[in-house]
Amino acid sequence: MSAPAKPDLVTVNIDGRDLAVPKGTNVIEAARQLGIEIPHYCYHPKLSVVGNCRMCLVEMGLPAVDPATRQPLLNPATGRPRVNWMPRPQIGCATNAMPGLHIRTNTPLVRECREGVTEFLLLNHPLDCPICDQAGECRLQEFSTSYGRGYSRFVEQKNVKPKQTRLGPRVMLDDERCILCSRCVRFCQEVVHDDVLGFTDRGSYSTLTCYPGRQLENNYSLNTVDICPVGALTSTDFRFKMRVWFLKATPGIDPESSVGANTEVWSREGVIYRITPRRNDEVNDTWMADSGRTLYQQVHAADRLAGYTIDGQATAPDMALKAAADLLGSGRAAVVGSGGNSVEEQFLAKKISAALSAPAMLVSRVGQGDGLLVSADRNPNVRGALVTGLISALPAPQLAALGADIDTGKVKIILTLGEDLTAAGLTSAQLAKVAIVYLGTHRNATSAAARVVIPTLTVFEKNGMFINQQFRLQKFARAVPGPHGVADDLVTLSRLLAALGGGTIVPDLHSLWAVLAVEVKPLAGISYASLSATGRVLDASPWAGLPFVEGESLHFKPAAQPAAATA
Amino acid sequence: MPAPVQRRLIFAHIDEPGYTPDLACYRRHGGYEVMKRAFARPPAELIDEVKKSGLRGRGGAGFSCGLKWTLVDRKSGKPIYLVVNADESEPGTFKDRYIIHQDPHQLIEGAMITCWANNVQQAYIYIRGEFPHGARILEKAIAEARAANLVGKNILGTAYSCDLFVHRGAGAYICGEETGLIESLEGKRPYPRIKPPYFPAVLGLYQCPTIVNNVETLCHVKHIADLGGDAYARIGTPNNTGTRIYCVSGHVQRPGYYEFECGKITMGQLLHEVCGGPLPGRKFKAVIPGGSSAKVLRFGEKFNIKQKDGSMSELGVEDLPLDFDTLAAAGTMGGSGGIIVMDDSVNMVEALANLNAFYAHESCGQCTPCREGSLWMKKISARMVHGGARPQDGELLKNVADQIAGRTICAFGEACAWPTQSFVQKFGDEFAGYSAAKKEPPAESVPLI
Repeated sequence: MSAPAKPDLVTVNIDGRDLAVPKGTNVIEAARQLGIEIPHYCYHPKLSVVGNCRMCLVEMGLPAVDPATRQPLLNPATGRPRVNWMPRPQIGCATNAMPGLHIRTNTPLVRECREGVTEFLLLNHPLDCPICDQAGECRLQEFSTSYGRGYSRFVEQKNVKPKQTRLGPRVMLDDERCILCSRCVRFCQEVVHDDVLGFTDRGSYSTLTCYPGRQLENNYSLNTVDICPVGALTSTDFRFKMRVWFLKATPGIDPESSVGANTEVWSREGVIYRITPRRNDEVNDTWMADSGRTLYQQVHAADRLAGYTIDGQATAPDMALKAAADLLGSGRAAVVGSGGNSVEEQFLAKKISAALSAPAMLVSRVGQGDGLLVSADRNPNVRGALVTGLISALPAPQLAALGADIDTGKVKIILTLGEDLTAAGLTSAQLAKVAIVYLGTHRNATSAAARVVIPTLTVFEKNGMFINQQFRLQKFARAVPGPHGVADDLVTLSRLLAALGGGTIVPDLHSLWAVLAVEVKPLAGISYASLSATGRVLDASPWAGLPFVEGESLHFKPAAQPAAATA
Repeated sequence: MPAPVQRRLIFAHIDEPGYTPDLACYRRHGGYEVMKRAFARPPAELIDEVKKSGLRGRGGAGFSCGLKWTLVDRKSGKPIYLVVNADESEPGTFKDRYIIHQDPHQLIEGAMITCWANNVQQAYIYIRGEFPHGARILEKAIAEARAANLVGKNILGTAYSCDLFVHRGAGAYICGEETGLIESLEGKRPYPRIKPPYFPAVLGLYQCPTIVNNVETLCHVKHIADLGGDAYARIGTPNNTGTRIYCVSGHVQRPGYYEFECGKITMGQLLHEVCGGPLPGRKFKAVIPGGSSAKVLRFGEKFNIKQKDGSMSELGVEDLPLDFDTLAAAGTMGGSGGIIVMDDSVNMVEALANLNAFYAHESCGQCTPCREGSLWMKKISARMVHGGARPQDGELLKNVADQIAGRTICAFGEACAWPTQSFVQKFGDEFAGYSAAKKEPPAESVPLI
């Protein structure tokens, strides 16, 4: 009959096809592996199972067993086990695969169940899809089309419930659209442990609401909007801005901390409208922090740098690069890299510092970790600088050593790759003593003091990789083009490197990774194109002794720290 | 055939002049003697007696009590809880209330015997919020029992301790569903749990094995411990043992409670002889035999019921013996024993509108079919009653009910669907003709539903 199952696998039969799945897999997930969709609203793979929407009702049965021999009875015609089908449909979400479980997902009964549930859910639903932000990515809309009857028999008055309820600073609720699946309630209880949502009243009048005196204001509140299968919960930032079917999703990495939450960046015609989490079961599951979702606003910020300048005068990119190379080549330079740069950029920065025989350093950014998806290290890629060899020790919070070198005249020229030196502790008096080449995305005190300013791209405008706190190499892709006339950062850095006599590197990811894979040992065998969407964990043992600042967070436990670091 | 005489086992002292709910009176009538004897026996023996007795739960489902106790997970090492379901909310049912109000110690004795038999150290009586007086009586009775060392630490001088507390509900029908009750007892919304995995016998109160038994069921346990399982099993009929309390309400001459041996009395005997028949000038039209959730029976319909000897015989409503199995074979259920009688003055559309209003009000709102379907059925039937009936509404009602039954988390789905299904099926002509037959309500009348 079926293929022999491995010890931890059980064989189930879905619509006549045998499938071996790990024990504990539920029927919805098992069917998904066969490409069979079992529609569902309340079930979410990362939340507890409540089984309340009843959309995933399917027929189930177990092989008939001979009471005497305990052997399965076979159907003589087919030679397959005879199945005792349960008289009632069962929910797929709450049923785990067990040996010999048979499932039928496309029978008249199942279709009728789905039609019934769909009709029920639509009874008191406002059907305001034309003005609903969820339209286009609404489960109710999709399943109504796929599994509904297509007409309504309801002639009564619909229930009236609160519209435009403000649940918190970032989340709005339309109770009439709510199908009471309780995903948001469970998310707040189980993931954030901030139990603020619940239902009042009962029956069809049940109403989602916040506890009295509380609001949904935790830094993960927008995940409730993501998991809401309908348009009940909407983001105050995104609502009424753009139809989702016009948007293009680009895979990204949340740059707000070393967690490296996987994201999708949604854009249209060069404008980003929202950022949502992208599932990665080893990093962020299906969640991300609210704070990472508004970072796209920096793309079109008023203080965005878009022009190349020398001594404050606009110039051509070539002239700016030449001026930068001339300055840096004149000796006594220092390179201030950034934990916000990609692995590729840090590799080039290291080559530049080597070509200049200049010391390289990073600026650390340490905040409070929240134990979930924002870690204490607010640089997304300090480990990239370690792996590429740009630095060998963890960065200090302030550039005190560099300041001393400026004061003693040891450093005359600084190349800063995106860091604001004043924010890192250098005084304006110190800045006045040195010539600065500033590569960065936004205007700040350092760009104002710089001799040469070269604009660069934000993380949304370029391709690259970060290495997160797990030493997981993860890639992000360009969602929108950079400002007009601004060269790609890899082009800028490789041209600067060439001008400094550091060798020629073709500034495309394919060629660059061919070099990286050879010159950086931990990256051997990796390329941008071949790295999987969920990333790859590198061998962290060379840096095991470093006192990393991150505490425990989702899917991450810090390695035991050296005693000195904790003292 | 004349009706048998009542066999008062549970209701032996109900409405007996001079019988008071205090401990002294209960003791004068032999109270707690059975418990004393039971505590001298090994618990396993008592479980065996209950199994032998064939006792079936009196809450509504008629599930074997002995089997329920057997399914309890005793290997987990977790404490086992007993929860007394005193959330008697099924319309038409009023038996547990009498026990609580007039003979609370009978319940406490039955509960403590059950605790001893199942090694329970903590028991709760979950009483519905609408019974504040009953709750006070129980509190007082438990305090008396505790003072007399019948509840609490080292009961009757043994090493065994078990405490018993009263917990009041807040007024929701769904709290009578055992997992909804457990959620409520834990302090949450009474959303019934999904089964599997949350069978109370394994993952009940506080995720511990839990026995949930109806008030009357536990009183029967006391009598089983008294008489012995075999002797008890001789009361009533095979597989439908013991006595049954029938709560008769509606259009009969003498409504009230009557206790008979289960299956020894027919519907006709009960309604015509015991309850005095229909009101003057009226005729019986329909009867709901087991609480409002049970499917209605229409007088005049015939059922082919398999007899004990295997033969089939055609029975009318009046001929049906009132036991679990016969009523199930007739397509309805014995349920909670609440018998609601309707005579020819009743319009079935209006009666159903009343029931649908109840179920729409009581649906907890957790799962889709019941939440949306119960209110939809209410809205349809209310519209019919208020003058907007259409000929196709009966069929629509039945179809909505069909979309609920069997597809919900708990049995409320069936409870709210069965009345509609059976009313429309058996009185379809009234539903089809309601729009034409309907008299407009007087202008000043206030809609009741």
